[in-house]
Amino acid sequence: MEKELLLQVKNLNIEFHDHLIPETVVYDFDLELREGEIVGLVGESGSGKSMSALAIAGLLSRRDMKKRGQILFHDTDLLSCGRDVLRKIQGNEIGIIFQEPMTSLNPVRKIGWQVEESLRIHTDLSRTERYQRAIEMLKSVELEDAERIYHQYPHELSGGMRQRVMIAAAMICNPRILIADEPTTALDVTIQAQIVELLKRMNKEKQTAILFISHDLSLVKQLCERVIVMQGGYVVETGAVQEIFDAPKEDYTRKLIAAIPKVVRKNA
Amino acid sequence: MKYVGKKLVTMFLTLFAVTLFVFLAFHVISGDPATSMLGTEATPAKVAALREEMGLNDPVLIQYGRWAADFLKGDLGVSYSYRMPVGEMVLDKIPVTMTLTILAFLMMVVIAIPFGIYTARHAGGVIDRAIYVINQVIMAIPPFFSGILITLLFGRIFKLFTPGAYVSYEKDFLGFVGYLFFPALAIALPKAAMAVKLLRSSVIGESKLDYVRTAYSRGNRTSDVLYRHVLKNALIPVVTFLGMALADMIAGSIIIEQVFSIPGLGRILLTSISNRDYPVVMAIIVCIAVLVLVVNMIVDLVYGLIDPRISVE
Repeated sequence: MEKELLLQVKNLNIEFHDHLIPETVVYDFDLELREGEIVGLVGESGSGKSMSALAIAGLLSRRDMKKRGQILFHDTDLLSCGRDVLRKIQGNEIGIIFQEPMTSLNPVRKIGWQVEESLRIHTDLSRTERYQRAIEMLKSVELEDAERIYHQYPHELSGGMRQRVMIAAAMICNPRILIADEPTTALDVTIQAQIVELLKRMNKEKQTAILFISHDLSLVKQLCERVIVMQGGYVVETGAVQEIFDAPKEDYTRKLIAAIPKVVRKNA
Repeated sequence: MKYVGKKLVTMFLTLFAVTLFVFLAFHVISGDPATSMLGTEATPAKVAALREEMGLNDPVLIQYGRWAADFLKGDLGVSYSYRMPVGEMVLDKIPVTMTLTILAFLMMVVIAIPFGIYTARHAGGVIDRAIYVINQVIMAIPPFFSGILITLLFGRIFKLFTPGAYVSYEKDFLGFVGYLFFPALAIALPKAAMAVKLLRSSVIGESKLDYVRTAYSRGNRTSDVLYRHVLKNALIPVVTFLGMALADMIAGSIIIEQVFSIPGLGRILLTSISNRDYPVVMAIIVCIAVLVLVVNMIVDLVYGLIDPRISVE
């Protein structure tokens, strides 16, 4: 049986009007995301992958920007719905984590306060219930000593810990979709692997669909089932990860795959 | 506790430096207290005798040491020109200047925060641009001049207060505060204009940071993003400014007291300087210095409260 269709992006076009000549950064972007699925969105910087992701999360609201097409979450078009409708979905049904865990958390608010925020906005849970949920969540992202971290500030944590906190905060309302916008780029390699594992586990346990944005194909290969390759605002190739790795149709995809560093054992 | 101890030592050292500096400065500038005390009766012989009696012929550092030792014992000396204990003279003026300064400070905060937030939220709008122009004008007018304008406008034309009809705080506290309202406004306006500008740019700057995007991604309303996330961050530079402005206002009130005929520290400071009345000047300088230092300490503490990255320890 096919899994429930959560998100359907149709012909998304994003145009900037901050210069004399309008500049299109995303052309006719299409995407389908089903329950429990992990889809990778890859491409070099400036390929439009982050723009598409921010549009899905409802975070592109600049006045000098035009968006066309549809972003359907169930039956709601996130592009044309009112702010109130969008806000009920943000943080509740769609969570997002960003590239820079160092700056994505509010420096003057305690970790617990920030992790609980979506609960405060979207639920009627009492203070103690929220506290319990936050502690549970901090533990589930494998942060030891969750009770202490709850009362700490972002500057007291390392980058990897902050990204875990971001994940905990994004996942606290059990969203159907998690958008991960280059979540490991700013972290060192061992921490990268841990975060990828954590996302995998979250996806398995909660059936959260993940849109994983990265320029690192090897991470996408580890994590995703399907992949969308973008270049210069266009989707150049899309398909199952294995197929694309085994038989890339586009030249650009081939180059991206060739760019993955390979580990060769000397005395194998 | 360690922090408070450290602060007290710094405060003591600062006071030492400030008083020594003022004492020395007084001996560099011309003018002689003995001459001004004797007035028309000043003959060279009388002046010389009086100088000897007052200890003015001793080396400056010895004079300073004598003043400092008396001060530490709580003896502020006797005013040369009024022949009364300095403590008595200064003590009942402190509440006047303090009230004036605090009132001006509160006005500055009350004006600056809402206007700063409003102009940041509606940046580029008609009201924002209007406030920008008004701000530029207010910033350019020195308090003594705005004091004169306020006297003219609210005192003479609208008759909201009677210029010169100062009410003593001992007789009628509310009337006293009422009289200080307009002088305080004159002190507060230029600083408030600066604070509005600073808060506006601080809020706009903070709003572009990553954590604001995170806040929106959780479904926050724009007003919640502003009040729950941005404002606390945006206030950090503003608190520094408010602290500096408060210290500046203590000094600024000296001039405004002249314009509005308020018998505060400022007025006796000015007359004492021209009379070379060292004991009075020194006492007032110490008062102002202590106030400024206390304000700085409060700013440091407030900092620690707002910004967890700064530890007062």
